[in-house]
Amino acid sequence: MTIPSTALQPGVWSSAAMIAAIVLASTAGEVLTAAAMKSIGDLDEIRAHSGLKGAIRAVITCPLFFAGVSFLALAFFSLLFALNHLNLSLVAPASASLTLVTNAVAGKIFLKENVDRRRWTAAVLVCIGVYLLAH
Amino acid sequence: MAQPKLSPWQYMILALVSICAPLGDTCLSRGMTRLPPISLNHPGTLIAAVFTPWIAVGIALLIGFFASYLTALSWADLTYVLPATAFGNVIVALLSRFWLHETISWQRWAGIVLITVGVGFVAQGPALTERPVPAVEQEQAS
Repeated sequence: MTIPSTALQPGVWSSAAMIAAIVLASTAGEVLTAAAMKSIGDLDEIRAHSGLKGAIRAVITCPLFFAGVSFLALAFFSLLFALNHLNLSLVAPASASLTLVTNAVAGKIFLKENVDRRRWTAAVLVCIGVYLLAH
Repeated sequence: MAQPKLSPWQYMILALVSICAPLGDTCLSRGMTRLPPISLNHPGTLIAAVFTPWIAVGIALLIGFFASYLTALSWADLTYVLPATAFGNVIVALLSRFWLHETISWQRWAGIVLITVGVGFVAQGPALTERPVPAVEQEQAS
């Protein structure tokens, strides 16, 4: 493993901290958005009863949704900040693939989703696959 | 209540999530690289950029992505939607190979195989965690 030069490039720990910030903000955003959508209910059914306006109203009047979008925005700005210091070829695949695994953990803990062996395998395979594809 | 197995319409929503996000990003990237460098001293040019065809199409696709993503999350688990929609990366890689004739390294082919196998794994299982129905809802139903 090569250690980046400390003169121009950030150290290993600060690089890890920048990527961790993106992953954490992104995971929080995804989990809050998923929780918001579950609390609203099936959007297809809402649209069938109240039309497109009713579905949009149901989403934009949910406080959890705005909390989720705020964290997703924070993840976006953390990504921009990291791109200012690190290479895209490191930040994009690392954050995209790690987010899949942290979402599986957060989905199990916070959303009480049934993350069985099949979903763990899928999350890990897709995580490695996204890293290889984007690297 | 949503059923654990998805309907064809719901599979179409998942396909839209997969396709709209990478295509939208590609349109934005194509539109922005065609523009002259934008300076922060002239923010108006950034607003004008929104109305150029590639960027407008990119924004429309990303709005479509977010709407279909929210719809998918309303009837499927987050741990089902995220791996299933990662298949969009495979579609973009295959499009770049067979449409744009770009070369794909063996690492990327390995990535394509892993994502495809992973999506196959998750798609075989139920889309939504089954939860016990609250007593009040059970009474209302009967």
